[in-house]
Amino acid sequence: MEIINLKQIKKIYDMGGAEEVQALRGVDVIIGKNEYVAIMGPSGSGKSTLMNIIGCLDTPTSGLYEFNKINVSEMNDDQLAKIRNKEIGFVFQTFNLLARSNALHNVELPLIYAGINKATRRQLAKQALDQVGLADRMMHKPNELSGGQRQRVAIARALVTNPSIILADEPTGNLDTKTGDELMTLLAEVHQQGNTIILVTHEEYIAEHAKRIIRLRDGHIESDTIVENR
Amino acid sequence: MNFISEITEGLGIAFNAIRANKMRSVLTTLGIVIGIVSVTLMATAIEGVDRKFEESASAFGADVLYIQKFPWVGHGDWWTYRNRKDITVDIADDIERQATLVEAVAPSVVTVRPAQFGDRVVTNAFLTGTTNQYVNTSGTSLKDGRFFSQEESNGGRPVCVVGANIAENLFPNEDPIGKMIKVGGKPYRVQGVFEKQGGLFGIFTSDNRVFIPIKSFMSSFGSRRDITIQVKASSMADIEDVKEELRGIVRKSRMLKPSQADDFNINQQELLTETFGAITAVIAAVGFFITGLALFVGGIGIMNIMFVSVTERTKEIGIRKAIGAKRRTILLQFLIESSIICLFGGLLGLIVAYPLSLIANQILPTAMPLEVVAIAIIISLLVGVISGFLPAYRASRLNPVDALRYE
Ligand SMILES: Nc1ncnc2c1ncn2[C@@H]1O[C@H](COP(=O)(O)OP(=O)(O)OP(=O)(O)O)[C@@H](O)[C@H]1O
Ligand SMILES: [Mg+2]
Repeated sequence: MEIINLKQIKKIYDMGGAEEVQALRGVDVIIGKNEYVAIMGPSGSGKSTLMNIIGCLDTPTSGLYEFNKINVSEMNDDQLAKIRNKEIGFVFQTFNLLARSNALHNVELPLIYAGINKATRRQLAKQALDQVGLADRMMHKPNELSGGQRQRVAIARALVTNPSIILADEPTGNLDTKTGDELMTLLAEVHQQGNTIILVTHEEYIAEHAKRIIRLRDGHIESDTIVENR
Repeated sequence: MNFISEITEGLGIAFNAIRANKMRSVLTTLGIVIGIVSVTLMATAIEGVDRKFEESASAFGADVLYIQKFPWVGHGDWWTYRNRKDITVDIADDIERQATLVEAVAPSVVTVRPAQFGDRVVTNAFLTGTTNQYVNTSGTSLKDGRFFSQEESNGGRPVCVVGANIAENLFPNEDPIGKMIKVGGKPYRVQGVFEKQGGLFGIFTSDNRVFIPIKSFMSSFGSRRDITIQVKASSMADIEDVKEELRGIVRKSRMLKPSQADDFNINQQELLTETFGAITAVIAAVGFFITGLALFVGGIGIMNIMFVSVTERTKEIGIRKAIGAKRRTILLQFLIESSIICLFGGLLGLIVAYPLSLIANQILPTAMPLEVVAIAIIISLLVGVISGFLPAYRASRLNPVDALRYE
């Protein structure tokens, strides 16, 4: 069953005057349920731009984007916010946790925006933190956690709403190899439980966790390969 | 999402943000503090002047209306006034029976007669015939003894109450109470002595008067006299309504047709009313100006700091949007923050204003009116919402990708 269907997605940044940056030059991708996709490519090839569009953080200049068969290309800000809240879990390279809130509150936040009552919220957030192995760090603020632990909080936050898809843009980019590996093991477990994951990375050994690798170059899809038997 | 949890979350964020920038928040609220102090003190001062006014109004008889043939400020022909029918005791009785907005009604009639005790004489005492109600219609009180009673008044007993100057002149070394004096050749027993009034309103004071029951007056000095009816309004505030009521009653009593003009005047000491009105107006004008200016400057300060706050927290806004905060949520978050800052300023203002109002109380009989507290809180919230709106709106419109990328 397809979750994401991109048709001829283009993203052009108008830099004023005659200058423009074509970050995406017509991308076609279909991603189905429970896939584990890695997006690779050199710096500046449009990986993050593509992820942002898939994550409904950004809208394409042209092209059609269907999310769960619903056309999101024409949705307004608040409708997109709702999709991000319910259907998408983000994991960023720089963690992007709220510095002044503890782990528990950070994980609760999407549930607050979903309008879930406090008791349920607490319970779900604790569950998610438990799942990423941080049950004993719930009251810690981000600056009291290691990089790996922060990224785990971010994964718990991404998981807590039980989204259709998890998007991770270089989630190991700020972590050392060992911590990165642990994180990838965690993501593999998450995938195992039936989640769909799209991952951006520079590292081949990270990409090896994925079942499908899409390579971008200059805003084009250079290759899109299924990796067998892993 | 559910509105309550949205507000709770907003409050949490606001408190965190304010706690993180304590000094800045306090400084920012300074304008609001000044504004609230000024509005509170203004209201307190006006309250004080009003109370003082009510007090003095009673003391000087500004809340007393005088129904008479002649107007005090005369335009028009003296003869037309002269030819009006006399004001009679019957009218006073009608007012007594019918009026609802008055505290006391007393007819009074005055003539100048010598007062005498032994070989001491006051040649031109104002001999005033009135009823026992007189003491309730004038703001004066007795120093010694008592005013004559209703029985003495109705029975036309030969008793009197004297003003302070009369008592001083006739009884320099003795207690006047119980002594018989002669006024206009008739004997009266002194029942009481008025407190000295002195001051501005000479002829209105009791100082040079001798009061006797109006019945005694009429039988000894003639009953076909034009009288004055003194009416004390129950409240200074609706004095105009009282005038209207009295007018209606007197017209009816005189059986005037609608087409006929009033053949009487309702007089009042305007001077005091006008002076106090002017004082209140000046306080209000100055107060509003200072308040307005302080709140305006304060509001701009809040707006400025909120813009700073939004810019500083662009990344946070991006994160919140990425995980599902709607525009409204972000808008509300920042509005709550600016309102809390202003509310805090307002409360601070009240805390500062309260001891000041106690100091003011040394000069004027006043207290910080309770509704002012409510008004101050509402004003602070309003300033918070108004000055926070633009920054909050800008925050709510931020594009999530740009906001996330912000360093
Ligand atoms: N807001 C923007 N304004 C102008 N140009 C932009 C903007 N965002 C991205 N670009 C350009 O679009 C292109 C693709 O950027 P993108 O961030 O998607 O690259 P990337 O593949 O994620 O690179 P990296 O691996 O370094 O993260 C780049 O050339 C970049 O300069
Ligand atoms: Mg990137």
